[in-house]
Amino acid sequence: MTARPEALPSEKLPAGGAMRVMGSETEYGIHAPSAPGANATMMSARIIQAYANLTRQRAAGGAETRWDYTDEEPLHDARGWTLERSAADPSQLTDRPPVLDAEAVALAYGRQELEADGGDESGSLLMNMVLGNGARLYVDHAHPEYSSPEVTNPRDAVAWDAAGDLVALATVRKVAADPDLPAINLYKNNTDNKSVSYGSHENYLMPRSVPFGEIVRGLTPFFVTRQVICGAGRLGRGQDGSGAGFQVSQRADFFEAEVGLETTIRRPIINTRDEPHATADKYRRLHVIIGDANLSQVSNYLKFGTTALVLSLIEAGKAPKIEVHEPVGALQAISHDTSLTATVKLLDGRRVTALDIQWMYYEAAAKLAQETGVSDAFTGDGHTREVLDRWESTLALLGSNPAAAASSVEWLAKMSLLNGYRNRDGLEWNDARLGLVDLQWSDVRPEKGLYYRLLSRGRMQSIVDDADIARAVFEPPSDTRAYFRGKCVSTFGKDVVGASWDSVIFDVPGIGKLQRVPTREPLRGTEALTGRLFRKHDTAGAFLRELLGLDPAPPA
Amino acid sequence: MAAQEQQQPQSRDVEVETDAPEAPPAAPEAQASVATQGVDDLLDEIDGVLESNAEEFVRAFVQKGGQ
Repeated sequence: MTARPEALPSEKLPAGGAMRVMGSETEYGIHAPSAPGANATMMSARIIQAYANLTRQRAAGGAETRWDYTDEEPLHDARGWTLERSAADPSQLTDRPPVLDAEAVALAYGRQELEADGGDESGSLLMNMVLGNGARLYVDHAHPEYSSPEVTNPRDAVAWDAAGDLVALATVRKVAADPDLPAINLYKNNTDNKSVSYGSHENYLMPRSVPFGEIVRGLTPFFVTRQVICGAGRLGRGQDGSGAGFQVSQRADFFEAEVGLETTIRRPIINTRDEPHATADKYRRLHVIIGDANLSQVSNYLKFGTTALVLSLIEAGKAPKIEVHEPVGALQAISHDTSLTATVKLLDGRRVTALDIQWMYYEAAAKLAQETGVSDAFTGDGHTREVLDRWESTLALLGSNPAAAASSVEWLAKMSLLNGYRNRDGLEWNDARLGLVDLQWSDVRPEKGLYYRLLSRGRMQSIVDDADIARAVFEPPSDTRAYFRGKCVSTFGKDVVGASWDSVIFDVPGIGKLQRVPTREPLRGTEALTGRLFRKHDTAGAFLRELLGLDPAPPA
Repeated sequence: MAAQEQQQPQSRDVEVETDAPEAPPAAPEAQASVATQGVDDLLDEIDGVLESNAEEFVRAFVQKGGQ
C-alpha cells in the first residue's frame, strides 16, 4: 500500500496478507410457488417492505433509511473512461432509484395496505433500506439484494454475509405470516437453469496506484480456477442447463468476455466498474462478479480470504507470471470437469490443471505472507495464517481424496448429495428430482434448505459461530465506517433521512438544513474513533454538533 | 441471453484433455456400511422436506435477469 503521510496508524491494515476492506452482495432468487406469474420486482419490493415492517416492530426506528445515490457511478470504467448513458444497457443504470407507479404498487400490495403502510411522499414504494448492521437491503433489477457492510477480514465477511441470509429468512417468515399475501421463497443461488443468471458479487478495496492491467493479469488465472474451492455446484450444462451432468460452478457458463464494464450482459471475468464509494484518487473498489453465492462457510471464507491474498500479491508485484490461453473457455472447461483432471493451456505452452494453478498462487501468497510477517502465529495479523492453512489443506484434499472435501467445499457437498440420490434411486442426471435438490439446496429456510439440513447433521463445517452470525444481523462491524453508518441508523434512525456507502444524511430539528456527513475513508468511522460519541449523546442534535464542531444548541 | 452456444463447451477451440476419473480408494467394509447408513438416513430425511411435484416446481422457478 502507498503510505500517506496524513494516515493515522489505525487507518491502515497490515499489508501482504488476507486483511483488506471487503464486502459481499447477494441477489436472491425469488419465487412464489402459489403465484408463479407474480411480478419479480413487486415481490422483491414486498420483501424489502417486510423487513422495514419487521424492524420497525423491533423499534429500530428509521431502519427504512433511504439510499443516497449522489456518489453512484456505474458507468465509470476502471480502464479510464466513462460509458455514455445512451450507449448503456438500461440494466446498467443503477444510479437512479427504481420507481414503481401507484398502479403497480396497488397491484402488488392492495390499495388498503398501501394507504395503511404508506409509500413515500411521491407514492412510490420503498425499494431501499440501510440496516442497523451497516448493510444495504434493496431491490436490484428483479431480485432482493443484500449488500453486506464493509469488513476487514474474511472471517467477518462470512459472518456478515451469513447475516444477510438471516435477514432474507426473516422477510420470508414475515411474508408467510400474512394470510393475504402468497408465500415467497428466497434462494441463495445464481441461476434458474433456464438461461437466466443473477449475481453474487464481492468488493475489495485497493490502492488506486496499482495499474489496472496488473490486476487483470494477476487475477485472471486465479478467477478461472478458484471455483474448485468455492464453486457452489450446478446441475446441468450450458446457460439453460439442458446439457446433462453436474458442474463445479453456478456462474461459469454465463461468462462471455475477459474484461468489461457490464454485469448483466456479456459478463466479463474481470469487471471494470469503477465506483470507489470512497476517496477516488486514493482507492479503487474492485468489483468481482464471477463468484458463486456460497452457503458453505468454508467455501465462502476461502473465496474472500484467497482473493484478498492474491490482491496482496498483485500489489506487491509478486503474482505468478502465468497467462491462461482463452480464459473464458478454460473457465467453463474447468467447471465442467468434476474429476479435477482437465488441463488448460498456458501461454508459455505448459498444460496444467486448475489445482496446479491454485498451488502456484498458494505458494506465492505463503511466501509473501512470510516475508511481510503477517502469517506469523504470534505476531501476524490474526487472519492470514488461518486462510493459508485452510487453502493448503483444501487443495491437498482436492488432489488426493476430493470426496473427503464434501464437508467443506460446496460443489462437492452438493454433488455428494445428488450422487446419493442417483445411487439409491437409479436416477439419470436430467431427473426432475435432482433438479429440485439442486434448487432446494439454497432455500434460505433451515427446515427446507438442503444445505441447512446437512449443516444440522454436522455434515458441513462452520467457520463462525451461530451466535456471531445472529449478532451480525443487528450489529455493524466495529472496525470500518459501517460502524458509523449502522449506529447512526440504529441510534438516531428517526433523524437520518438518507445514507449510502460514503455518506449519512441527517435532518435534525434546530440545525436548520440537511447535514450530509461524508464517510469517504472506509477505515474511519470505526468504534474506536466514534464509539464514544454514540455512547455520550442521546439526541442526534447533540451528537451532530460535537461530530461536526457546530455551535452548541441555544438554551431552549 | 438467448445465445446457447455454451451447451457444447468442449467444442470450443480451447484444448482440454480430460482423463477418466480414478476410482476412489476402497474403504474398509465396516466404515463403508456406516457411511452408507448415514447417507440413507440423510436421504430419508430429505425425502421428507423436498417440495412435492418436483417437475412442476422446478419448471415454475423462472427468474428475471440479474447482474
